[in-house]
Amino acid sequence: MENLRLEIDAISKRYGDVVALKEMTFDVRAGELFGFVGSNGAGKTTTMRIALGVLSSDAGEVRWAGEPITVETRRHIGYMPEERGLYPKMKVAEQLTYLARLHGMGTAGAKRSVAEWTERLGVASRREDEVQKLSLGNQQRVQLAAALVHNPRILVLDEPFSGLDPVAVDVMSQVLREKADEGVPVVFSSHQLDLVERLCDRVGIVRNGQMVTSGTVDDLRSGAAVRLIVHAPDAPRGWADRLPGVKVLGHDGEKTELELEPGADDQLVLKAALDTGPVREFAHSLPSLTELFRNVVTEEAA
Amino acid sequence: MSKPATTPSVRLSSASAIGLVASREINTRLRSKAYLISTVVMLFLIVAATLVIKLLSGDSADSTVGVTGPTTQLSAPLQASAKAIGQTVETTDVASEADGRAKVADGSIDALLIGDGKNLQVVVKKDLDGKLENSLNVLAQQLALNQQIVGLGGDPAQVEAAVAGARVDIQPMEKPFDYNGQQLVLGIIAGILIYMSLLINGQMVAQGVVEEKTSRVVELLLSTIRPWQLMTGKVLGIGTIGLIQMVLIGGVGVASGLATGVLTISLSAALGTVIWLIVWFLLGFLMYSIVFAALGALVSRQEDVGGAITPALMFVIAGYVVGVSVLPTDPGNSFVEVLSIIPVFAPTLMPMRLAMGGVPVWEAVLSVALVAALIPILIWFAGRIYGNAVMRTGAKVKLRDALKSA
Repeated sequence: MENLRLEIDAISKRYGDVVALKEMTFDVRAGELFGFVGSNGAGKTTTMRIALGVLSSDAGEVRWAGEPITVETRRHIGYMPEERGLYPKMKVAEQLTYLARLHGMGTAGAKRSVAEWTERLGVASRREDEVQKLSLGNQQRVQLAAALVHNPRILVLDEPFSGLDPVAVDVMSQVLREKADEGVPVVFSSHQLDLVERLCDRVGIVRNGQMVTSGTVDDLRSGAAVRLIVHAPDAPRGWADRLPGVKVLGHDGEKTELELEPGADDQLVLKAALDTGPVREFAHSLPSLTELFRNVVTEEAA
Repeated sequence: MSKPATTPSVRLSSASAIGLVASREINTRLRSKAYLISTVVMLFLIVAATLVIKLLSGDSADSTVGVTGPTTQLSAPLQASAKAIGQTVETTDVASEADGRAKVADGSIDALLIGDGKNLQVVVKKDLDGKLENSLNVLAQQLALNQQIVGLGGDPAQVEAAVAGARVDIQPMEKPFDYNGQQLVLGIIAGILIYMSLLINGQMVAQGVVEEKTSRVVELLLSTIRPWQLMTGKVLGIGTIGLIQMVLIGGVGVASGLATGVLTISLSAALGTVIWLIVWFLLGFLMYSIVFAALGALVSRQEDVGGAITPALMFVIAGYVVGVSVLPTDPGNSFVEVLSIIPVFAPTLMPMRLAMGGVPVWEAVLSVALVAALIPILIWFAGRIYGNAVMRTGAKVKLRDALKSA
């Protein structure tokens, strides 16, 4: 089970002159929730489509459990495409049963699983309705059920949280966590970075078809510059301007936000602050994933 | 509810993948109102057609003539002379002239022969049917002739036998095929059936392909099975539906034709027509629908389907139009004969010719063989186009791009 890892190894893809993916590499370990973030057009969907075999790559390999993924092993994947899609005129239960069977399930097992998941995701009362008659939110739930109904060993979800109401977001988060706890590698893309930060064990940031950085949110922070929040009510404006290796980011009332260059001594800053009078707060501020992400995107512009 | 992380079996053979796709198509279509209604309408039309033919031609007599007393002896000669000019006349004995007149008045007989049996006198309600009048005139002339022959000392029966035996001796350079009128009608019906069926079911394939593109469900499907499996399943599923329809309509048509007595050709000939119809439906459907599937995959919106498949559809329409406009009057037309062997026209023309009869065995075999040989080539091309185009949504994919890009 330790080995049931999804590896994306140096995948490249170009469309004519446009490079969509350049040696995209990352892995999702068994039992791990991996958040896949990046700007629009960074290559998240292309990566997922290649992993699912819906698109072919120009180079690179996708592996599961150490073996190159095949048409057969791909049926272990539960997939939620970015472009949601179900047969609009097919009934919910029938449709889910059909999809489960396409993933290799037997009829009886498929029906049982459909009953379970529609119950779980709160669309049990709509089993006999055509998909097109459901509200958008319920269609999303059915779409999620479609990704889960065959008891997948890998989950690849493209923007699973978009368009969900808060209750559905909670259900979705719970389900993903639970699948991960079963030992399933779960990778999903999202623009809701606070959610990703809260939910994911590891995060990968993509830019221009390349994985720029990946790791736990703490790992990602370690590379970032240290920020300090200093609350020194009596300090005059510009008290920290002269300190070596310190950049003043801004003032928020009586608080000052500082950024330290690598190697700068925060104790010198504290001393300077104490020289101005009392210091009520002196704290390292942890950059949020949103900030980390913004830094990565700004680097791109620079 | 943490479950043990067992790895479920996900084996799915090509056959079962195709079977799943096909049975979904069958289930969906069988329950669709459009399919049920069109089948019922076609069944109704074919039964109605046999009834109409029955009413128009029918095997009942063209007219009924009452005979009584001395005219009773004229009943056989009347039937004979009517037959000589292609009419059937039924005669019925009435008790008396008065009784006969009453029957003429109430319309249960068309005319009443009276008199001494030497000179023809006929009682009618208002006027005499032109054809019956012709029959009676022939009979009158015959009676007059017989009297003259007797007068000259001859034997009318002998003269009659000699006259009846005289025929022009035709020496054909080529042995012509004797086309049976019923088989010509059968041929036209076969043509219409196969044309409608190819049209309806072929378009259904193209629409089905686009439906999966429009609803984007195709991405989910292609993450589990390969494009060719999806395409083949769809074609086979809809083909099965079309086949059921065809067998039903052909079977009911022949059955009602035989039951009403409209069809007097042998049962084996009628069954032969239906079997050929089915063979050609299958061949034609496979050939056209895989092309329709590929062409359908090029577009992303239902309203573009028509435009995308028109080029291929033109062949179906052209074959059908040439067939129904030329064959009924000239079943042996050599231009149609050539066209019906060319694979793109064969599925509409060949079944018509086969139903009409007179197709040399080598032509029937060659046309089937050519289509059968073309199908694998089309599958290869169509599979390539479909696989390349089906994931591309938005603007219409150019055929050339779909063929080359991987």
